[in-house]
Amino acid sequence: MTLKEKKETRAALLFASPWVIGFCVFLAYPLLASIYYSFCDYSVLRPPVWIGLRNYTNLFQDEVFYKTLSNTAFYAIFALPLGMLVAIGLALLLNTKVRGLAVYRTIFFLPSLVPMVSLAVLWLWLFNGENGLVNIGLGMIGIKGPNWLSDPEFSKPALILLSLWGTGNAMVIYLAGLQDVPVQLYEAADLDGASPWDKVRNVTIPMISPVILFNLIMGIIGTLQVFTVPYVMFPGGSPARSTYFYTMYLFDNAFRYQKMGYACAMGWIMFVIILVLTMVSLRLSEKHVHYGGGA
Amino acid sequence: MAQSLARQNKSRTAAIHLILMVLSGFFMLPLLWMLSTALKPIEETMTQPPTWIPTRVLWHNFSDAFTYGRDTLGYTPFLVYGRNTLVLCILGVAGTVVSNSLVAYSFARLKWKGRDFAFAVTLATMMVPFPVLMVPIYGMFKEFGWIGTFKPLWVPAWFGSAFAIFLLRQFFRSIPMELSEAAKIDGASEWAIYWQVVMPLAKPALAVIALFNFMGTWNDFLGPLIYLLDQKTFTLSLGLQVFQSQHGGTQWNLLMAASAIVVAPIILLFFFTQKQFIEGITMTGLKG
Repeated sequence: MTLKEKKETRAALLFASPWVIGFCVFLAYPLLASIYYSFCDYSVLRPPVWIGLRNYTNLFQDEVFYKTLSNTAFYAIFALPLGMLVAIGLALLLNTKVRGLAVYRTIFFLPSLVPMVSLAVLWLWLFNGENGLVNIGLGMIGIKGPNWLSDPEFSKPALILLSLWGTGNAMVIYLAGLQDVPVQLYEAADLDGASPWDKVRNVTIPMISPVILFNLIMGIIGTLQVFTVPYVMFPGGSPARSTYFYTMYLFDNAFRYQKMGYACAMGWIMFVIILVLTMVSLRLSEKHVHYGGGA
Repeated sequence: MAQSLARQNKSRTAAIHLILMVLSGFFMLPLLWMLSTALKPIEETMTQPPTWIPTRVLWHNFSDAFTYGRDTLGYTPFLVYGRNTLVLCILGVAGTVVSNSLVAYSFARLKWKGRDFAFAVTLATMMVPFPVLMVPIYGMFKEFGWIGTFKPLWVPAWFGSAFAIFLLRQFFRSIPMELSEAAKIDGASEWAIYWQVVMPLAKPALAVIALFNFMGTWNDFLGPLIYLLDQKTFTLSLGLQVFQSQHGGTQWNLLMAASAIVVAPIILLFFFTQKQFIEGITMTGLKG
């Protein structure tokens, strides 16, 4: 190594030092500690005691664990694709070069800015059985709205519905992706006599596929961790545990029941699920995602 | 032929406008309803059919919500929550800008062995869900004696975050290397190049990460829920949840007013920084 290289390496380490410390203290150490605790009986108050695989075997016999897992899966399976559909749909509409684009974009984007707790409080009121705006609206078209908040059949759909209101963030990303698609591709499609739907399917979607993949993966990581909105809207996962989600149960185990080791085991199972789903999406997308466009 | 095509185009544009307007309605109604409820007397929140414009506009609902519980607590809760939130936001934003710009500088503009590998590892950490880390981090802060203080909520911001490092690195790389080399020939130190050449040019990207951090801190609920114990130290999000759990289901007008108090600063911030917002979100989604 020359003197100059040595000097640059030293400077580089110095500049990177906040992250080196941050990585070790707030990531590497907790990650390793979390694996260890997941094999321990640990309550923070007393030192951890090694119990082998017992947390995991207990989890696999824990009904509430399965309940929260299936609630979370249900939520993700509907909220994620519907959210992407709404976001892409809005972006496609806005990409038609309509006048007033900036105004529409702002309107669709604003709800995604609403802080989670405010969002939850607002929708508690909107989904109110008698005086909520949702049921008043449904009443106007002759439908008697359900008790969104107290009927276990409708509590999860309520959460899915309100999640769609906040898709503005993803819409902005898709819109930017759409605006990067070269016009020539559409002109060529026009020459071939393609219909608008053909163009969406064969030009637009392939061209923005990397953006879709990125949003899908971030969406998986986000939806599996859903916590704040149900925590505020449905205390204890009411009604009948229909809104008791994975992270809520993990949180309760850690901070309510002081079963920290159990909570860590849950955390690791979640991490593995996220890793597997990400790998699967990457693998499945290999054939369908088209790189090398504007994005 | 051309005429009918033009007409067809016109009707298509009209149809798109119609759809967009209907959808805009759906997206706007909840926020308008929040505002409308916040200004109503309590009886009017339950009248059928509902009124959009309150018969009596009660601006004092906002001050009532703001000062609710002052007499029993001995302080104005939402004022204290607001101050706490602001303190955390300022400390968090400062830490984010300082730490991540330093780290991104190292990743983007310095050459060192293992750099690309370290960067890949950094990116991979974005996949780690917070719930996995939650318990050991809590245990660590407990050891430090930090539970019940603000420290767990702002100190980590001073040690970098993968997402912000990534964003800044992309931006730093787009600044021509020749600028650094020219400064080096003039005898500038690495520190001087960072501070006097790169940082001034990176202002738009710094604004984006500052904005995102501000929003994140303002929004954060899980963090304050875990680490804060005394109501006097609560943030707006946590305070609003407490207000909701104590008075929810009855005083919807005050609840909506309180909710609006938490939303309004963010919406204002958006209108002043729209450009950075949209650019920032686009950057996160497209440069990946």
